[in-house]
Amino acid sequence: MTITTTVRTAGDRALRTTVPVAPPFAEGTVLDAAGPAVAGAVVRDDTVAPLAPWSAIVPAGHVLTIVDVGGNQSADCLIYDAHDTDERYSVPDTLAWQGNAYIREGSVLRSNLGHPLMTVVANEIDRQDTIGGACSKESNTLRYGQHTEYQHGCRENFLAEASRYGLGARDLVSNLNWFMNVPIEADGALGIVDGLSAPGKRVAIRAERDVLVIVSNCPQLNNPCNDFNCTPLRMIVTTPTTGTDAA
Amino acid sequence: MPSLADLHQTDSVRASQADARAQAALTSEHRPFRPASTSPHIPDGVDPGALTWAETVAPGGYTHKVLARGTRIRFDDPSGLACAHILLYNALEPWERLNVADTLKIPWQAYLGEGHPLLSGEGRILATVSADTSGRHDAFCGTTTDAFSAQKYGSSAPQGPAPSGRALFTLAAAKHGLTPRDLPPSVSFFQGVRVEEDGALTFLGSAGPGTFVELIAELPLLILVANVPHPLDTEEDYVVGPLRIHAWRGAPTGEHDPRFTSSPELNRAYLNSIDYAEARGL
Repeated sequence: MTITTTVRTAGDRALRTTVPVAPPFAEGTVLDAAGPAVAGAVVRDDTVAPLAPWSAIVPAGHVLTIVDVGGNQSADCLIYDAHDTDERYSVPDTLAWQGNAYIREGSVLRSNLGHPLMTVVANEIDRQDTIGGACSKESNTLRYGQHTEYQHGCRENFLAEASRYGLGARDLVSNLNWFMNVPIEADGALGIVDGLSAPGKRVAIRAERDVLVIVSNCPQLNNPCNDFNCTPLRMIVTTPTTGTDAA
Repeated sequence: MPSLADLHQTDSVRASQADARAQAALTSEHRPFRPASTSPHIPDGVDPGALTWAETVAPGGYTHKVLARGTRIRFDDPSGLACAHILLYNALEPWERLNVADTLKIPWQAYLGEGHPLLSGEGRILATVSADTSGRHDAFCGTTTDAFSAQKYGSSAPQGPAPSGRALFTLAAAKHGLTPRDLPPSVSFFQGVRVEEDGALTFLGSAGPGTFVELIAELPLLILVANVPHPLDTEEDYVVGPLRIHAWRGAPTGEHDPRFTSSPELNRAYLNSIDYAEARGL
Protein backbone atom coordinates (compact mmCIF):
# COMPACT_ATOMS: atom_id res chain seq x y z
CA MET A 1 0.00 0.00 0.00
CA THR A 2 1.16 3.55 -0.60
CA ILE A 3 1.63 5.90 2.32
CA THR A 4 1.41 9.62 1.55
CA THR A 5 4.27 11.66 2.94
CA THR A 6 4.53 15.44 3.05
CA VAL A 7 7.26 17.74 4.29
CA ARG A 8 6.16 20.31 6.87
CA THR A 9 7.98 22.87 8.96
CA ALA A 10 8.15 21.70 12.59
CA GLY A 11 10.01 23.95 15.00
CA ASP A 12 13.28 24.73 13.26
CA ARG A 13 13.38 21.70 11.00
CA ALA A 14 11.76 20.29 7.90
CA LEU A 15 9.87 17.18 8.98
CA ARG A 16 8.77 14.39 6.73
CA THR A 17 5.42 13.19 8.06
CA THR A 18 2.71 10.70 7.16
CA VAL A 19 0.08 12.56 9.21
CA PRO A 20 -2.78 13.86 7.00
CA VAL A 21 -2.49 17.32 8.54
CA ALA A 22 -4.43 20.26 7.10
CA PRO A 23 -2.61 22.36 4.49
CA PRO A 24 -0.92 25.64 5.43
CA PHE A 25 -2.66 28.84 4.36
CA ALA A 26 -2.50 29.66 0.69
CA GLU A 27 0.45 31.53 -0.77
CA GLY A 28 -0.44 35.14 -1.33
CA THR A 29 -2.93 35.28 1.57
CA VAL A 30 -3.19 38.88 2.77
CA LEU A 31 -2.19 39.14 6.43
CA ASP A 32 -2.64 42.22 8.63
CA ALA A 33 -1.54 41.79 12.25
CA ALA A 34 -2.98 45.23 13.18
CA GLY A 35 -2.51 46.08 16.88
CA PRO A 36 -4.51 46.67 20.07
CA ALA A 37 -7.98 48.10 19.48
CA VAL A 38 -7.82 50.15 22.68
CA ALA A 39 -5.22 52.30 24.41
CA GLY A 40 -3.10 50.79 27.17
CA ALA A 41 0.18 49.03 27.82
CA VAL A 42 0.59 45.66 26.14
CA VAL A 43 1.16 42.91 28.69
CA ARG A 44 0.73 39.93 26.38
CA ASP A 45 0.98 39.56 22.63
CA ASP A 46 0.62 36.08 21.13
CA THR A 47 0.21 34.78 17.61
CA VAL A 48 -1.98 31.69 17.47
CA ALA A 49 -0.97 29.42 14.62
CA PRO A 50 -3.68 28.15 12.30
CA LEU A 51 -5.54 25.14 13.81
CA ALA A 52 -4.09 25.69 17.31
CA PRO A 53 -5.65 26.42 20.71
CA TRP A 54 -4.78 29.34 23.02
CA SER A 55 -5.67 30.34 26.54
CA ALA A 56 -4.85 32.98 29.11
CA ILE A 57 -6.00 34.35 32.41
CA VAL A 58 -7.13 37.91 31.70
CA PRO A 59 -7.20 39.94 34.93
CA ALA A 60 -10.16 42.17 35.76
CA GLY A 61 -10.00 45.45 33.86
CA HIS A 62 -7.57 44.18 31.23
CA VAL A 63 -8.68 44.18 27.60
CA LEU A 64 -8.14 41.32 25.16
CA THR A 65 -7.93 42.38 21.51
CA ILE A 66 -8.38 39.55 19.03
CA VAL A 67 -7.07 40.33 15.55
CA ASP A 68 -8.44 38.45 12.54
CA VAL A 69 -5.04 38.51 10.84
CA GLY A 70 -5.98 36.73 7.63
CA GLY A 71 -9.65 37.71 7.48
CA ASN A 72 -12.73 35.58 8.15
CA GLN A 73 -10.91 33.27 10.54
CA SER A 74 -13.22 32.03 13.26
CA ALA A 75 -11.92 32.40 16.82
CA ASP A 76 -14.07 30.03 18.87
CA CYS A 77 -14.05 31.32 22.43
CA LEU A 78 -15.03 30.11 25.92
CA ILE A 79 -14.81 32.21 29.08
CA TYR A 80 -14.66 31.03 32.71
CA ASP A 81 -14.43 32.79 36.05
CA ALA A 82 -10.73 32.22 36.73
CA HIS A 83 -11.37 31.45 40.40
CA ASP A 84 -14.49 29.32 40.03
CA THR A 85 -14.72 27.65 36.65
CA ASP A 86 -18.20 26.33 37.47
CA GLU A 87 -19.24 29.85 36.53
CA ARG A 88 -18.70 30.16 32.80
CA TYR A 89 -19.90 31.91 29.67
CA SER A 90 -23.58 31.41 28.92
CA VAL A 91 -25.15 32.03 25.53
CA PRO A 92 -28.76 32.20 26.78
CA ASP A 93 -27.95 34.59 29.62
CA THR A 94 -25.98 36.83 27.27
CA LEU A 95 -28.70 36.90 24.62
CA ALA A 96 -31.67 37.23 26.97
CA TRP A 97 -30.16 40.11 28.96
CA GLN A 98 -29.35 42.07 25.82
CA GLY A 99 -32.48 41.06 23.92
CA ASN A 100 -30.53 40.45 20.70
CA ALA A 101 -29.20 37.37 18.93
CA TYR A 102 -25.92 38.90 17.77
CA ILE A 103 -22.87 40.18 19.63
CA ARG A 104 -21.81 43.78 18.98
CA GLU A 105 -19.93 46.60 20.71
CA GLY A 106 -21.45 47.02 24.17
CA SER A 107 -22.57 43.40 24.46
CA VAL A 108 -22.06 42.11 27.97
CA LEU A 109 -20.83 38.50 27.93
CA ARG A 110 -22.64 36.96 30.87
CA SER A 111 -22.11 33.86 32.96
CA ASN A 112 -24.47 31.01 33.69
CA LEU A 113 -25.29 32.90 36.90
CA GLY A 114 -26.17 36.03 34.94
CA HIS A 115 -23.09 38.01 35.94
CA PRO A 116 -20.90 40.00 33.52
CA LEU A 117 -17.67 38.16 32.69
CA MET A 118 -16.48 40.43 29.87
CA THR A 119 -17.78 43.35 27.81
CA VAL A 120 -17.23 44.03 24.13
CA VAL A 121 -15.52 47.45 24.10
CA ALA A 122 -14.59 47.57 20.42
CA ASN A 123 -15.80 45.68 17.36
CA GLU A 124 -14.89 46.24 13.74
CA ILE A 125 -17.41 43.99 11.98
CA ASP A 126 -21.16 44.34 11.83
CA ARG A 127 -22.02 41.45 14.11
CA GLN A 128 -20.35 38.55 15.87
CA ASP A 129 -21.76 35.07 16.35
CA THR A 130 -22.57 33.13 19.49
CA ILE A 131 -25.21 30.80 18.04
CA GLY A 132 -23.16 28.52 15.78
CA GLY A 133 -21.15 26.70 18.43
CA ALA A 134 -17.92 24.86 17.81
CA CYS A 135 -16.99 22.32 15.18
CA SER A 136 -15.87 18.85 16.23
CA LYS A 137 -14.68 15.63 14.67
CA GLU A 138 -17.98 14.11 15.72
CA SER A 139 -20.33 16.80 14.39
CA ASN A 140 -18.32 16.85 11.17
CA THR A 141 -19.60 13.30 10.55
CA LEU A 142 -23.15 14.67 10.68
CA ARG A 143 -22.62 17.73 8.53
CA TYR A 144 -20.13 16.47 5.92
CA GLY A 145 -19.86 12.70 6.24
CA GLN A 146 -17.95 9.99 8.10
CA HIS A 147 -14.87 10.66 5.97
CA THR A 148 -14.22 13.93 7.85
CA GLU A 149 -14.00 12.44 11.33
CA TYR A 150 -10.20 12.28 11.31
CA GLN A 151 -9.92 16.05 10.80
CA HIS A 152 -9.00 18.32 13.68
CA GLY A 153 -11.81 20.39 15.21
CA CYS A 154 -12.46 23.15 17.72
CA ARG A 155 -13.75 20.72 20.32
CA GLU A 156 -10.35 18.99 20.18
CA ASN A 157 -8.69 22.34 20.80
CA PHE A 158 -11.08 23.16 23.64
CA LEU A 159 -10.50 19.78 25.29
CA ALA A 160 -6.72 19.94 24.89
CA GLU A 161 -6.53 23.43 26.36
CA ALA A 162 -9.13 22.75 29.05
CA SER A 163 -7.16 19.70 30.21
CA ARG A 164 -4.33 22.05 31.21
CA TYR A 165 -6.65 23.59 33.81
CA GLY A 166 -8.21 20.37 35.06
CA LEU A 167 -11.31 20.95 32.93
CA GLY A 168 -12.88 18.41 30.59
CA ALA A 169 -15.83 17.54 28.38
CA ARG A 170 -18.41 18.46 31.04
CA ASP A 171 -16.96 21.98 31.13
CA LEU A 172 -17.52 22.73 27.45
CA VAL A 173 -20.58 24.87 26.74
CA SER A 174 -21.92 26.84 23.79
CA ASN A 175 -19.31 29.38 22.77
CA LEU A 176 -18.61 32.63 20.98
CA ASN A 177 -17.30 32.65 17.41
CA TRP A 178 -15.43 35.86 16.76
CA PHE A 179 -15.38 36.74 13.05
CA MET A 180 -17.84 33.98 12.07
CA ASN A 181 -21.07 34.88 10.30
CA VAL A 182 -24.23 32.96 11.25
CA PRO A 183 -27.33 34.78 10.05
CA ILE A 184 -30.78 33.75 11.21
CA GLU A 185 -33.04 34.35 8.25
CA ALA A 186 -36.71 35.32 8.29
CA ASP A 187 -37.94 31.73 8.00
CA GLY A 188 -35.58 30.57 10.74
CA ALA A 189 -32.94 29.19 8.38
CA LEU A 190 -29.63 29.35 10.21
CA GLY A 191 -26.13 28.46 9.08
CA ILE A 192 -22.54 29.50 8.59
CA VAL A 193 -22.13 31.67 5.50
CA ASP A 194 -19.39 33.81 3.97
CA GLY A 195 -17.85 36.06 6.59
CA LEU A 196 -18.13 39.81 7.10
CA SER A 197 -14.59 40.26 8.31
CA ALA A 198 -11.29 41.07 6.58
CA PRO A 199 -7.57 40.99 7.32
CA GLY A 200 -6.74 43.12 10.38
CA LYS A 201 -10.32 43.42 11.68
CA ARG A 202 -10.54 43.34 15.47
CA VAL A 203 -12.76 42.80 18.45
CA ALA A 204 -11.79 43.87 21.96
CA ILE A 205 -13.30 42.48 25.16
CA ARG A 206 -12.70 43.83 28.67
CA ALA A 207 -12.56 41.47 31.62
CA GLU A 208 -15.10 42.42 34.28
CA ARG A 209 -13.46 39.99 36.69
CA ASP A 210 -10.45 37.67 36.45
CA VAL A 211 -11.34 35.30 33.63
CA LEU A 212 -9.87 32.28 31.91
CA VAL A 213 -10.29 32.67 28.15
CA ILE A 214 -9.89 29.61 25.93
CA VAL A 215 -9.78 30.12 22.17
CA SER A 216 -9.67 27.65 19.32
CA ASN A 217 -8.24 28.98 16.08
CA CYS A 218 -10.83 27.07 14.10
CA PRO A 219 -9.43 24.24 11.90
CA GLN A 220 -12.62 23.76 9.89
CA LEU A 221 -12.05 23.41 6.13
CA ASN A 222 -15.51 22.16 5.14
CA ASN A 223 -17.46 25.40 5.53
CA PRO A 224 -16.86 29.13 5.00
CA CYS A 225 -16.17 30.01 8.67
CA ASN A 226 -12.46 30.24 7.82
CA ASP A 227 -12.85 31.20 4.18
CA PHE A 228 -11.54 27.66 3.41
CA ASN A 229 -8.07 28.95 4.32
CA CYS A 230 -7.01 28.73 7.99
CA THR A 231 -4.94 31.73 9.04
CA PRO A 232 -3.34 32.99 12.30
CA LEU A 233 -4.98 35.00 15.06
CA ARG A 234 -3.26 37.62 17.18
CA MET A 235 -4.17 37.91 20.86
CA ILE A 236 -3.14 41.13 22.61
CA VAL A 237 -3.83 41.86 26.27
CA THR A 238 -3.57 45.45 27.42
CA THR A 239 -3.76 46.98 30.88
CA PRO A 240 -6.47 49.52 31.63
CA THR A 241 -5.66 53.15 30.95
CA THR A 242 -5.81 54.93 34.29
CA GLY A 243 -4.82 58.29 35.71
CA THR A 244 -5.19 60.21 32.46
CA ASP A 245 -8.83 61.15 32.76
CA ALA A 246 -9.56 64.78 33.47
CA ALA A 247 -11.09 65.02 36.93
CA MET B 1 -5.13 28.89 -9.61
CA PRO B 2 -8.54 29.13 -7.90
CA SER B 3 -8.58 29.35 -4.13
CA LEU B 4 -10.46 26.69 -2.18
CA ALA B 5 -13.13 29.28 -1.41
CA ASP B 6 -13.75 29.74 -5.14
CA LEU B 7 -14.82 26.08 -5.29
CA HIS B 8 -17.60 26.66 -2.76
CA GLN B 9 -20.71 28.77 -3.05
CA THR B 10 -21.59 29.69 0.51
CA ASP B 11 -23.08 33.17 0.37
CA SER B 12 -26.46 32.22 1.86
CA VAL B 13 -27.71 29.69 4.36
CA ARG B 14 -29.29 27.50 1.69
CA ALA B 15 -26.19 27.69 -0.52
CA SER B 16 -24.02 26.71 2.46
CA GLN B 17 -26.36 23.83 3.22
CA ALA B 18 -26.14 22.53 -0.34
CA ASP B 19 -22.36 22.92 -0.32
CA ALA B 20 -22.05 20.98 2.95
CA ARG B 21 -24.37 18.21 1.81
CA ALA B 22 -22.48 17.79 -1.48
CA GLN B 23 -19.39 16.83 0.50
CA ALA B 24 -20.99 13.54 1.54
CA ALA B 25 -19.93 12.23 -1.87
CA LEU B 26 -16.28 12.47 -0.83
CA THR B 27 -14.38 9.86 1.13
CA SER B 28 -11.09 9.30 2.91
CA GLU B 29 -8.75 6.39 3.59
CA HIS B 30 -8.91 7.32 7.27
CA ARG B 31 -12.43 6.98 8.53
CA PRO B 32 -14.89 4.93 10.53
CA PHE B 33 -17.27 2.67 8.61
CA ARG B 34 -20.85 2.95 9.87
CA PRO B 35 -22.42 0.52 9.91
CA ALA B 36 -19.27 -1.52 10.49
CA SER B 37 -20.44 -4.14 7.99
CA THR B 38 -19.69 -1.61 5.20
CA SER B 39 -15.94 -1.84 5.84
CA PRO B 40 -13.99 -2.70 2.67
CA HIS B 41 -11.34 -4.44 4.80
CA ILE B 42 -13.31 -7.07 6.75
CA PRO B 43 -10.90 -9.82 7.87
CA ASP B 44 -11.38 -13.26 6.33
CA GLY B 45 -13.77 -15.46 8.25
CA VAL B 46 -15.48 -12.63 10.13
CA ASP B 47 -19.26 -12.44 9.78
CA PRO B 48 -20.00 -8.89 8.57
CA GLY B 49 -23.26 -8.97 10.51
CA ALA B 50 -21.38 -9.50 13.78
CA LEU B 51 -19.14 -6.45 13.33
CA THR B 52 -19.60 -3.67 15.86
CA TRP B 53 -16.64 -1.44 14.98
CA ALA B 54 -14.70 -0.87 11.76
CA GLU B 55 -12.32 2.03 11.36
CA THR B 56 -9.03 3.00 9.76
CA VAL B 57 -7.06 5.27 12.10
CA ALA B 58 -4.93 7.87 10.33
CA PRO B 59 -1.20 8.13 10.90
CA GLY B 60 -0.93 10.36 13.96
CA GLY B 61 -4.62 9.76 14.72
CA TYR B 62 -6.53 8.30 17.62
CA THR B 63 -9.79 6.57 18.37
CA HIS B 64 -11.75 5.21 21.32
CA LYS B 65 -14.68 2.88 21.93
CA VAL B 66 -16.73 1.25 24.64
CA LEU B 67 -17.06 -2.46 23.89
CA ALA B 68 -19.20 -5.26 25.30
CA ARG B 69 -17.65 -8.14 27.22
CA GLY B 70 -16.69 -10.89 24.78
CA THR B 71 -15.96 -8.56 21.87
CA ARG B 72 -13.14 -9.58 19.53
CA ILE B 73 -10.92 -6.62 18.61
CA ARG B 74 -8.55 -7.00 15.69
CA PHE B 75 -5.80 -4.52 14.80
CA ASP B 76 -4.28 -4.78 11.32
CA ASP B 77 -1.05 -3.13 10.23
CA PRO B 78 -1.30 -3.21 6.42
CA SER B 79 1.85 -1.13 5.80
CA GLY B 80 4.16 -2.43 8.52
CA LEU B 81 4.42 1.13 9.83
CA ALA B 82 1.54 1.31 12.33
CA CYS B 83 2.14 1.50 16.05
CA ALA B 84 -1.03 0.93 18.08
CA HIS B 85 -0.65 2.43 21.55
CA ILE B 86 -3.42 1.04 23.73
CA LEU B 87 -5.05 1.87 27.05
CA LEU B 88 -7.82 -0.29 28.51
CA TYR B 89 -10.33 0.50 31.25
CA ASN B 90 -13.23 -1.31 32.85
CA ALA B 91 -15.97 0.68 31.10
CA LEU B 92 -18.24 0.44 34.14
CA GLU B 93 -15.67 1.62 36.67
CA PRO B 94 -12.90 3.35 34.73
CA TRP B 95 -10.65 3.76 37.76
CA GLU B 96 -9.97 0.09 37.06
CA ARG B 97 -7.50 0.25 34.19
CA LEU B 98 -4.55 -1.39 32.50
CA ASN B 99 -1.74 -2.10 34.92
CA VAL B 100 1.38 -2.74 32.86
CA ALA B 101 3.44 -3.94 35.81
CA ASP B 102 0.95 -6.71 36.64
CA THR B 103 0.55 -7.41 32.93
CA LEU B 104 4.24 -8.41 32.83
CA LYS B 105 4.75 -9.75 36.35
CA ILE B 106 1.73 -12.02 36.76
CA PRO B 107 2.35 -14.07 33.56
CA TRP B 108 6.10 -14.09 34.25
CA GLN B 109 6.68 -12.72 30.74
CA ALA B 110 7.99 -9.37 29.44
CA TYR B 111 7.00 -9.74 25.81
CA LEU B 112 3.38 -9.54 24.71
CA GLY B 113 2.15 -12.28 22.42
CA GLU B 114 -0.65 -14.74 21.86
CA GLY B 115 -2.24 -15.78 25.14
CA HIS B 116 -0.88 -12.81 27.08
CA PRO B 117 -3.33 -11.24 29.56
CA LEU B 118 -3.78 -7.47 29.75
CA LEU B 119 -4.45 -7.09 33.46
CA SER B 120 -5.95 -4.37 35.62
CA GLY B 121 -4.71 -3.50 39.07
CA GLU B 122 -7.71 -5.30 40.55
CA GLY B 123 -6.47 -8.82 39.83
CA ARG B 124 -8.72 -9.14 36.82
CA ILE B 125 -8.06 -9.67 33.16
CA LEU B 126 -9.36 -6.83 31.00
CA ALA B 127 -8.44 -8.46 27.69
CA THR B 128 -6.58 -11.45 26.32
CA VAL B 129 -4.22 -11.26 23.35
CA SER B 130 -5.92 -14.09 21.48
CA ALA B 131 -3.98 -13.97 18.21
CA ASP B 132 -0.75 -12.35 17.07
CA THR B 133 1.07 -12.67 13.77
CA SER B 134 3.53 -9.84 14.48
CA GLY B 135 5.35 -10.72 17.69
CA ARG B 136 6.82 -7.21 17.76
CA HIS B 137 5.25 -5.34 20.66
CA ASP B 138 6.29 -3.35 23.70
CA ALA B 139 5.17 -2.89 27.29
CA PHE B 140 8.21 -0.94 28.56
CA CYS B 141 8.32 2.42 26.82
CA GLY B 142 4.71 3.61 26.91
CA THR B 143 3.92 6.30 24.40
CA THR B 144 5.40 9.66 23.44
CA THR B 145 4.89 12.87 25.44
CA ASP B 146 4.78 16.44 24.16
CA ALA B 147 8.27 17.04 25.55
CA PHE B 148 9.66 14.01 23.75
CA SER B 149 7.87 14.67 20.48
CA ALA B 150 8.85 18.35 20.44
CA GLN B 151 12.48 17.44 21.04
CA LYS B 152 12.62 14.74 18.39
CA TYR B 153 10.28 16.08 15.71
CA GLY B 154 9.95 19.80 16.49
CA SER B 155 6.20 19.43 17.00
CA SER B 156 3.82 17.59 19.33
CA ALA B 157 0.32 19.06 19.01
CA PRO B 158 -2.59 16.89 17.87
CA GLN B 159 -3.30 19.22 14.93
CA GLY B 160 0.32 19.27 13.78
CA PRO B 161 2.59 17.01 11.73
CA ALA B 162 3.87 15.03 14.75
CA PRO B 163 1.23 14.46 17.45
CA SER B 164 2.43 12.94 20.71
CA GLY B 165 0.72 9.81 21.97
CA ARG B 166 -0.10 11.41 25.31
CA ALA B 167 -1.72 14.43 23.62
CA LEU B 168 -3.94 12.05 21.66
CA PHE B 169 -4.72 9.89 24.71
CA THR B 170 -5.68 13.10 26.55
CA LEU B 171 -8.28 13.87 23.89
CA ALA B 172 -9.53 10.29 23.69
CA ALA B 173 -9.86 10.14 27.49
CA ALA B 174 -11.70 13.48 27.57
CA LYS B 175 -14.40 12.02 25.34
CA HIS B 176 -15.22 9.70 28.24
CA GLY B 177 -15.01 12.22 31.06
CA LEU B 178 -11.47 11.19 31.97
CA THR B 179 -8.58 13.60 32.50
CA PRO B 180 -4.78 13.42 32.26
CA ARG B 181 -4.59 11.79 35.70
CA ASP B 182 -6.43 8.84 34.14
CA LEU B 183 -3.59 8.05 31.72
CA PRO B 184 -1.45 5.23 33.13
CA PRO B 185 1.46 3.62 31.26
CA SER B 186 0.29 2.11 27.98
CA VAL B 187 1.35 -0.81 25.78
CA SER B 188 1.96 -0.75 22.04
CA PHE B 189 1.57 -3.24 19.22
CA PHE B 190 3.48 -3.71 15.93
CA GLN B 191 6.84 -2.13 16.82
CA GLY B 192 8.99 -4.38 18.96
CA VAL B 193 11.52 -3.74 21.70
CA ARG B 194 13.88 -6.24 23.34
CA VAL B 195 15.87 -5.89 26.56
CA GLU B 196 19.54 -6.74 26.25
CA GLU B 197 21.48 -8.49 29.00
CA ASP B 198 22.81 -5.16 30.28
CA GLY B 199 19.29 -3.68 30.26
CA ALA B 200 19.65 -1.76 27.01
CA LEU B 201 16.37 -1.38 25.17
CA THR B 202 16.82 -2.33 21.54
CA PHE B 203 14.26 -1.25 18.99
CA LEU B 204 13.33 -4.17 16.74
CA GLY B 205 10.70 -2.31 14.76
CA SER B 206 8.11 -3.98 12.63
CA ALA B 207 7.64 -7.58 11.55
CA GLY B 208 6.61 -6.17 8.16
CA PRO B 209 3.35 -5.33 6.45
CA GLY B 210 0.22 -7.40 6.85
CA THR B 211 0.35 -8.56 10.46
CA PHE B 212 -2.46 -8.44 12.98
CA VAL B 213 -3.20 -8.69 16.68
CA GLU B 214 -6.51 -9.81 18.13
CA LEU B 215 -7.86 -9.18 21.63
CA ILE B 216 -10.84 -10.56 23.51
CA ALA B 217 -12.63 -8.18 25.87
CA GLU B 218 -12.97 -10.10 29.14
CA LEU B 219 -14.83 -7.23 30.80
CA PRO B 220 -16.84 -4.35 29.33
CA LEU B 221 -14.00 -2.22 27.97
CA LEU B 222 -13.23 1.36 27.26
CA ILE B 223 -10.33 1.25 24.82
CA LEU B 224 -8.21 4.23 23.81
CA VAL B 225 -5.95 3.92 20.76
CA ALA B 226 -3.23 6.31 19.58
CA ASN B 227 -1.40 5.56 16.33
CA VAL B 228 1.96 7.32 16.68
CA PRO B 229 5.60 6.28 16.21
CA HIS B 230 7.14 4.25 19.02
CA PRO B 231 9.34 6.32 21.38
CA LEU B 232 12.39 4.29 20.37
CA ASP B 233 11.67 4.42 16.65
CA THR B 234 14.99 4.90 14.90
CA GLU B 235 13.39 6.82 12.01
CA GLU B 236 14.22 10.54 12.41
CA ASP B 237 11.08 11.67 10.63
CA TYR B 238 7.47 11.08 11.71
CA VAL B 239 6.64 7.95 9.77
CA VAL B 240 3.70 5.87 10.90
CA GLY B 241 1.17 3.94 8.83
CA PRO B 242 -2.60 3.61 9.01
CA LEU B 243 -4.12 1.27 11.59
CA ARG B 244 -7.17 -0.81 10.75
CA ILE B 245 -9.54 -1.85 13.51
CA HIS B 246 -12.39 -4.33 13.36
CA ALA B 247 -14.40 -5.59 16.32
CA TRP B 248 -17.18 -8.15 16.41
CA ARG B 249 -19.44 -9.86 18.87
CA GLY B 250 -18.15 -12.96 20.62
CA ALA B 251 -17.94 -14.73 23.95
CA PRO B 252 -15.42 -14.00 26.69
CA THR B 253 -12.93 -16.68 27.65
CA GLY B 254 -14.67 -19.49 29.53
CA GLU B 255 -13.84 -22.80 31.16
CA HIS B 256 -13.90 -24.70 27.87
CA ASP B 257 -11.19 -22.55 26.28
CA PRO B 258 -7.70 -24.05 26.55
CA ARG B 259 -6.30 -20.69 27.67
CA PHE B 260 -8.64 -20.69 30.70
CA THR B 261 -6.28 -23.08 32.46
CA SER B 262 -3.09 -22.28 30.57
CA SER B 263 -1.42 -21.19 33.83
CA PRO B 264 -2.53 -21.04 37.48
CA GLU B 265 -2.21 -17.24 37.54
CA LEU B 266 -4.18 -16.79 34.34
CA ASN B 267 -6.84 -19.22 35.53
CA ARG B 268 -7.38 -17.12 38.68
CA ALA B 269 -7.43 -13.92 36.59
CA TYR B 270 -10.21 -15.34 34.41
CA LEU B 271 -12.10 -16.53 37.49
CA ASN B 272 -11.83 -13.06 39.01
CA SER B 273 -13.16 -11.38 35.86
CA ILE B 274 -16.02 -13.90 35.57
CA ASP B 275 -16.83 -13.39 39.26
CA TYR B 276 -17.08 -9.62 38.68
CA ALA B 277 -19.17 -10.03 35.54
CA GLU B 278 -21.58 -12.53 37.04
CA ALA B 279 -22.11 -10.44 40.17
CA ARG B 280 -23.00 -7.48 37.97
CA GLY B 281 -25.33 -9.59 35.85
CA LEU B 282 -23.25 -9.14 32.70
